[in-house]
Amino acid sequence: MMNYFPDEVLEHVFDFITCHKDRNSVSLVCKSWHRIERYSRRRVFIGNCYSISPERLIARFPGVKSLTLKGKPHFADFNLVPYDWGGFVYPWIKVLAETGIGLEELRLKRMVVSDESLELLSKSFVNFQSLVLVSCDGFSADGLAAIAANCRFLRELDLQENEVDDHRGHWLSCFPESCTSLVSLNFACLKGEVNLGALERLVSRSPNLKSLRLNRSVPLDTLQKLLMRAPQLVDLGIGSYVHDPLSEASNKLKHAIQRCKSIMSLSGFLEVAPRCMSAIYPICGNLTTLNLSYAPGIHGNKLTKLIQHCRKLQRLWILDCIGDKGLGVVASTCKELQELRVFPSDPFGAGNDAVTEEGLVLVSAGCPKLNSLLYFCQQMTNAALITVAKNCPNFIRFRLCILDPVRPDPVTNQPLDEGFGAIVQSCKQLKRLSLSGLLTDQVFLYIGMYAEQLEMLSIAFAADSDKGMLYVLNGCKKLRKLEIRDCPFGNAALLEDVGKYETMRSLWMSSCEVTLGGCKTVAENMPSLNVEIINESGQTVFNLDEGQKVDKMYLYRTLVGHRKDAPESNQTYLKCRGDLTRSDHHEPSLNDMIKDMKLKNISGDDDFIISESNNFKLQSQLFEKEEAEIMILKWKRL
Amino acid sequence: MSPPLLGVEEGQSNVSSPAVDCIPETGLGMKEWNYLGVSDFSSVDSSDVMSLSEDNKSNLNLKATELRLGLPGSQSPERVTELRLLSSGKVDEKTLFPLLPSKDGICLSSQKSVVTGNKRGFSDTMDGFSEVKSTMYTEKNWMFHGAGSDSQSPQPPSHGKYSVAQASVKKDGPANAIQDRPCATNGTNLNRTGISNNSSNAPAAKAQVVGWPPVRSFRTKTLATSSKNNDEVDGKPGPTALFVKVCMAGAPYLRKVDLRVYSTYQELSSALEKMFSCFTLGQCGAHGTPGKEILSESKLKDLLHGSEYVITYEDKDGDWMLVGDVPWEMFIETCKRLKIMKSTDAIGLAPRAMEKSKKDCCT
Repeated sequence: MMNYFPDEVLEHVFDFITCHKDRNSVSLVCKSWHRIERYSRRRVFIGNCYSISPERLIARFPGVKSLTLKGKPHFADFNLVPYDWGGFVYPWIKVLAETGIGLEELRLKRMVVSDESLELLSKSFVNFQSLVLVSCDGFSADGLAAIAANCRFLRELDLQENEVDDHRGHWLSCFPESCTSLVSLNFACLKGEVNLGALERLVSRSPNLKSLRLNRSVPLDTLQKLLMRAPQLVDLGIGSYVHDPLSEASNKLKHAIQRCKSIMSLSGFLEVAPRCMSAIYPICGNLTTLNLSYAPGIHGNKLTKLIQHCRKLQRLWILDCIGDKGLGVVASTCKELQELRVFPSDPFGAGNDAVTEEGLVLVSAGCPKLNSLLYFCQQMTNAALITVAKNCPNFIRFRLCILDPVRPDPVTNQPLDEGFGAIVQSCKQLKRLSLSGLLTDQVFLYIGMYAEQLEMLSIAFAADSDKGMLYVLNGCKKLRKLEIRDCPFGNAALLEDVGKYETMRSLWMSSCEVTLGGCKTVAENMPSLNVEIINESGQTVFNLDEGQKVDKMYLYRTLVGHRKDAPESNQTYLKCRGDLTRSDHHEPSLNDMIKDMKLKNISGDDDFIISESNNFKLQSQLFEKEEAEIMILKWKRL
Repeated sequence: MSPPLLGVEEGQSNVSSPAVDCIPETGLGMKEWNYLGVSDFSSVDSSDVMSLSEDNKSNLNLKATELRLGLPGSQSPERVTELRLLSSGKVDEKTLFPLLPSKDGICLSSQKSVVTGNKRGFSDTMDGFSEVKSTMYTEKNWMFHGAGSDSQSPQPPSHGKYSVAQASVKKDGPANAIQDRPCATNGTNLNRTGISNNSSNAPAAKAQVVGWPPVRSFRTKTLATSSKNNDEVDGKPGPTALFVKVCMAGAPYLRKVDLRVYSTYQELSSALEKMFSCFTLGQCGAHGTPGKEILSESKLKDLLHGSEYVITYEDKDGDWMLVGDVPWEMFIETCKRLKIMKSTDAIGLAPRAMEKSKKDCCT
């Protein structure tokens, strides 16, 4: 039995368990597994940076090498969260640095990253290798320069869709000559110029470079030179692609591209003269990923011709100027397609070029492996959604955005309840769903009944009453994130089962019917939740009447109480006994947590937060046995 | 705290994921429950509900519907294209799944059983359901169109479902709490009462709601810059095509060209040549007037580039200018219409019009 194995053996076994969820489950089997797992854990994912503190992280996982942090709520992407809301990475880096953690990888999403934090990061971790920033802001090229200059073994610098103040393009020159370890360099989101000579030299001395994504300022002749130096590239993001197809530059480019036989992922074309697309046809046959969603210049025949060369495509991101006909071409060409994202090229315009339900139906018919969809369209019908559900029962992510937020089925004038109902009924593995169009409570009934695996749900301008939200909260057992805007859900729905929110990462409600009194009730009864209120009108929350509706409410589970870096307009409430004073941060006692927490479904969570909070419960049960065999029952459930 | 609207009872054996409770065993005719108006916190008071049920009994609508979301164990769902049409006044409240415990149900037992998996069709219950809701409905369009101006006066639409819903959940709020909702000028008050059922009205001025459509602001900004920078040179109109009228002296009708398709004056003039060659030739062919020569393609070129015709344009100030003086980019920004005139008429434009008309019309 397991008790005869020394720790090292168990540790070796655990090395094969890489998925976060599985490792969280392993850690709950018994005390000794918990101990071994935590010392051997290298990668930690924290879905909400305010759910735990860096100190607690290090106390639990002293050997952590890779940290993923997410900050702002998802709706911050759409300007619904004030810029000063929070999500600062500096405190994390500071604590990690001070405790001598050997951090090697940092992946951040929707966090505020200052130049200061980047500099501290670059100087504090000798072996730092990988920095991935997605949708972050707060830094400039100076911060990048610090990373380039100080991280001697940097392998990955991946900047995705960040708002960067890069007034100076010098940072590329800051990579020392001794830096030859780069594997991935992505600066496509930078708006400014870069030092082209430095870029060329950098690529020349990086034999392991596999992924290179350039920004708009990199011209064609530089691209050609880079490709000549790095024919081993697997992932290429083209910056500027403007050339005369008859010119010498174009010939040289064609020659360079043809040497790159390994390219499987292509993106960019941030500036493009679409006459010249034929130069890249030679590599299209190998592409599994194609992202043209930032290239409005490629459309019509040029676009469809290009796609016709890409028979192995698995992931395609495009703009809606492809049109329904273009999607038909996708359907007939890309039989391996798994993920499709169609973005609006003109979100606020008349949408003449946009796609409709026809395109989606065509793709669903032609691409049976489709499992992930993000689709912005002019209109959608129930019949189409039902057809799609029948054709593609494998959806894991289904996000539909009808540009007019409450548009019904244009053919029947009905709400889209039945269509979405078909989707959730057919797609039994559905984990993420975004709704739009005219929707009543009925669709939520369907979601609650059928979407058993649903983890994230985004709702806007939908439903008729509290019932909608209740169906979801009652029915979706694995729900982790619920974000709602402009729906008639009020306190009755919010307060129906506040314990549910502990099993979720977060709940966002804006422009709904929830009042200050309702929020306070949640906070007063749930010490493990932070309830944050954001009010647009400029009034501080303290001055609000309890019966007044709040603009935005964001609540999330946490083990460390309310945060101290919230801006003035935005307050968090702890358990308060009748008065509104903001109490100091206090660590809930073990007994508090046991009393308040129910051991709900734990297997559906990426975060280690649940396993961390349940850790106390294990201890509290005076769990005597160290060994694994008596926990077989629990293991089966995990 | 208000009592729960839905009590979830665990352990319903015959349903895999119960969002609702009290689902009877299969084999019995399943009872229909009016799911809309039954609980204490219904948004409609009981009198309305009673009238509803009477309506239901007389207006049973058993059309096969497009989706049968049958319970596990019932017949496998077949999908039929949706045929259901809106019929105002018909209130069809039959539900597929009994949602609520019998204590507060209105049993529409006369309706057909659900075992076949007939779904409850959505009819516009709102319209016929209650006065309140129909008021809301008619006000919807009004609300939407006026959404921009509504920020100052949200009172009327609040009589719609929001106030109704509020009645059930508000404990002690002030009566006009809805109006107290901060009316952000950025349009967050574009609530759903106002904009549903708007399919037939494509609003001329789309109210821009904050954060809608949900596209990352980074992407929106980048695409906006891209559109400005991109040069369309392959003959397809760009994101905003720039069509201007072209008239030719003596031609019976005008033409239109998209200036964005071209990138130089040379291209534009070649295109115009091709476009108007038919007129010049046709003129001679049709009328056959003896005084005019039979024109060939090359002669036509001479015409336009030589002595007879010049291309002029009307700019934003209304002045007629000779094409070719300013850089192309500036030209397409200021050009409103084009005119191909005889150079004899064009003398008034510039002292050296005659010489200019002999040269190629390109910078």
